[in-house]
Amino acid sequence: MSGPLTPSQTVGPFFGVGLPFEQIASPGSAGVIRIEGQVLDGNGQPVPDALLEIWQIGSGFGRSRTDAEGAFSFVVVKPAPTPAPDGRMQAPHWNVTVFARGLLRHLVTRMYFPDETAANATDAVLNLVEPARRETLIAKSCGGVLHFDVRLQGERETVFFAI
Amino acid sequence: MSEDEREPPYLYPDYVGTRLRAPARPLVHLPEGFHDFPAPLFPRTIAELDHDLTRQHSGEPIGERIIVAGRVLDSDGRPVRNTMLEVWQANAAGRYLDQDDQHPAPLDPNFTGAGRCLTDDDGRYRFITIKPGAYPWKNHHNAWRPAHIHFSLLGSEFRSRLVTQMYFPGDPLMPRDPILQSIPDQAGRDRLVSQFDPETTVPEWALAYRWDIVLRGRAATPFEDEP
Repeated sequence: MSGPLTPSQTVGPFFGVGLPFEQIASPGSAGVIRIEGQVLDGNGQPVPDALLEIWQIGSGFGRSRTDAEGAFSFVVVKPAPTPAPDGRMQAPHWNVTVFARGLLRHLVTRMYFPDETAANATDAVLNLVEPARRETLIAKSCGGVLHFDVRLQGERETVFFAI
Repeated sequence: MSEDEREPPYLYPDYVGTRLRAPARPLVHLPEGFHDFPAPLFPRTIAELDHDLTRQHSGEPIGERIIVAGRVLDSDGRPVRNTMLEVWQANAAGRYLDQDDQHPAPLDPNFTGAGRCLTDDDGRYRFITIKPGAYPWKNHHNAWRPAHIHFSLLGSEFRSRLVTQMYFPGDPLMPRDPILQSIPDQAGRDRLVSQFDPETTVPEWALAYRWDIVLRGRAATPFEDEP
């Protein structure tokens, strides 16, 4: 018999003391990439009290909270491709989990890489998403930094996945 | 009722913060297996006193000392072993150690309000802390949060991840709290309310509250859920 799950509640605005920032790669190590982005609400306004976690098997775990401008950043390596349940390889990506005041449950999305055109074109998950919304899952390269915004609601809303 | 219907919705207008932050588009469902991979291993070590929020400073914090203890289980009733719990809370006056908390209640120099611990082989955890105070928030006129402790768990699977809040039995603010009331059914809300635990209470020292947590396990088996 299965037990009923414990329901989720919002992380609230005051999680800073309990869920401290964690960096996952030291900026000096080889092959590192800086990821920068903003979390935005349905009016396009910055969300200053969000927490992002990124995780990929074999590539590490990181946390970053947003600042007053809704901005976050990670210094990471590009993860190795991981197999899909059918054994075919998925395009390299980070699993991204979003918490915030006003989110009663966390949200799960993925960040793919802009220089993986061929792998992205055959990725099973990207191909499940309607074409017009796929770009919300692929970071953009700008001046040696990858840019990845999370739009919680509204125009160009990020694709989020059911867990 | 499916597990999804037991969770709070993303949009719950009485909790004003959800109105511009809840996704408007439906979540995209992936085929079975795409989210069946292990949880992250937390890259942080735990110090001996991290589970005791009353001993992190030179003096003792003001407030009612309590023990909060229970078990972490998966949905098949198996203990979740060696998993990290992170907790944070307001002090006894209802104030967080956070620069954005402007509630005019005193900070306590002997209370940070954050702790962590690992579950043992039976899935058991135990914290020592002080009972947090209620505090006002600006959601609506005369809005007050019931006393609560925030919990964050990684669990063993990616799908186990849980951030939630634990409440205290008999708190008259609970029926008026839109965050707790966002959970659709009373049984679900009750699962966030701890119980006074006379067995764990330590005489002459601290009252205890018991609270068990059930996380999503590996690969849901929906056909076996039906009676």
